[in-house]
Amino acid sequence: MQALSVRGLVKTYANGAQALKNIDLDVERGDFFALLGPNGAGKTTLIGILTSLVNKTAGSVSVFGKDIDQEHELAKSYIGVVPQELNLNMFESLETIVINQAGFYGIPREVARQRAEQYLTQLSLWDRRSRLARTLSGGMKRRLMIARALMHRPRLLILDEPTAGVDIEIRRSMWDFLRELNEQGTTIILTTHYLEEAEALCRNIAIINGGRIAARDSMQSLLRRLHSETFVLSLRQAIASAPLIAGHLIALIDPQTLEIELTQDQNLNEVFAALSASGVQVLSMRNKVNRLEEIFMRMVDESDADAPAGAAPAATVAKSHP
Amino acid sequence: MSSDARDAVNAVASGTSSTSRARWIGFTTILYREFGRILRIWSQTILPSAVTATLYFVIFGSLIGRRVGQMGGFDYMQYIAPGLIMMAVITNAYANVVSSFFGAKFQKFLEEILVSPMPNWLIVLGYVGGGVLRGLLVGAIVTVVSLLFTHLAVHHVFIILAAVLLSAFVFALGGFINALFAKNFDQVNWIPTFILTPLTYFGGVFYSVSLLPEWAQKLSFVNPILHMVNAFRYGFLGISDVDVGTAFAIMLTFAVVLFWIAMRLMNRGAGLRE
Repeated sequence: MQALSVRGLVKTYANGAQALKNIDLDVERGDFFALLGPNGAGKTTLIGILTSLVNKTAGSVSVFGKDIDQEHELAKSYIGVVPQELNLNMFESLETIVINQAGFYGIPREVARQRAEQYLTQLSLWDRRSRLARTLSGGMKRRLMIARALMHRPRLLILDEPTAGVDIEIRRSMWDFLRELNEQGTTIILTTHYLEEAEALCRNIAIINGGRIAARDSMQSLLRRLHSETFVLSLRQAIASAPLIAGHLIALIDPQTLEIELTQDQNLNEVFAALSASGVQVLSMRNKVNRLEEIFMRMVDESDADAPAGAAPAATVAKSHP
Repeated sequence: MSSDARDAVNAVASGTSSTSRARWIGFTTILYREFGRILRIWSQTILPSAVTATLYFVIFGSLIGRRVGQMGGFDYMQYIAPGLIMMAVITNAYANVVSSFFGAKFQKFLEEILVSPMPNWLIVLGYVGGGVLRGLLVGAIVTVVSLLFTHLAVHHVFIILAAVLLSAFVFALGGFINALFAKNFDQVNWIPTFILTPLTYFGGVFYSVSLLPEWAQKLSFVNPILHMVNAFRYGFLGISDVDVGTAFAIMLTFAVVLFWIAMRLMNRGAGLRE
């Protein structure tokens, strides 16, 4: 059984803008799934429909085999959502917020209290349980929204930009927490603008652009589609010009930095051997851009090129650059 | 194991025992949150009505009332007391739902409930229940204030309870529908200021409609608040300008029609779901 099955999903807003154009999407049970796309691509609309915050125009959605129209309450009970925008009652304490949320899912208060302690502790918020939500920092509010979404122990957790505005240390600890949650069996769908986050966490991926699915594949096979990568090399000593290595494109960015583009059939050993032979010593090396970012930009560009002239406004909005 | 049986097992495992119990917990959670809000901002929710009622009793009851003499065979202060209590119930039931529901919508934390499995009718009843709760709470406080100024007999206790509950329910539903349509705080205040207050003042709180010319009496009978106030007054004093049976029929009709409208709007997602 699929955790999520979307068929022929269409959303046309009252102003005529078509945010989703006949989307089909499956997410396997237990998956850690990335849903990526530029701003205005339709990600949040899709999540809005899955969580009943947006009315769909056509199509069907089922969650663990339960149709969201036919078995509305059951389907909703399977989903936990962490929205992109902060939607906390700022005048309630953390503990009250999560306990009330459990109540809306029919969980008795004594059970809810135990879970509140568990999740607030795991997300390093238990010490602040009596404080009002408005007194928390941005990162704490994001963690509180995760704790709130987990109170009814959903089978499918949807995270819409959960680490936006969160510092690196906390973001890494949130990654660990989410990985653990996924290992325990929770299916997770993640949207993020930090593509390294999607690459680090997710096994499967869909790229949505202009209301259409531009790509749907496993993370590994999608990354294999990347035919070339650019590496940035830091040199020990300054050089006057870029060394010439047959079959390779090398650019001197500054006297101590080289950029080199490698296709899939080339390898770094040859490059290092040639550089050594030329007397150039390499101190360190890094990818010029994140690999997923590279493929993401290409997919989005290809998808834009394929879109019919005068296609939806969603496809014409600015692309995000993490 | 069938999928239903598996779902039942999952429900138990997740801490819920049955659909009806889960719904009851959801309903009481909304009530609990609403009650917490009423108490948290008591200076906005409870205090104003107590102060206003005291002023009415001092000015209309003690100062002007002495010159008015009797009305409907009762001391003027005694005559207006049920109306003042009902006025507090109506305005507070309405105000609670419209401001709480709109506030939750405006700050987006209403999504906590909208994404949950709670059916729409339960969400409506939860918020309306919160409005009824505040209406009764403030009504009880105004009753205590009125007892400081006058004596209140109880003629028909069940009529008092039925009238106050139905009236609070009707106006809480009105507040709910107002909140669904409201797009800003101006629209939250518009109906209470320009419709509810005039209807309340012309609803026989301070006078008997028998004092009005015939055309004004006929016009007054269209006003549902007149029927609510008089049914409530009948419960205390045993007198009414309207037929009490008709008054309850009108209240019930309003309750059913407004609930139906609220449900239709919720099912369409009006003002909530794009």
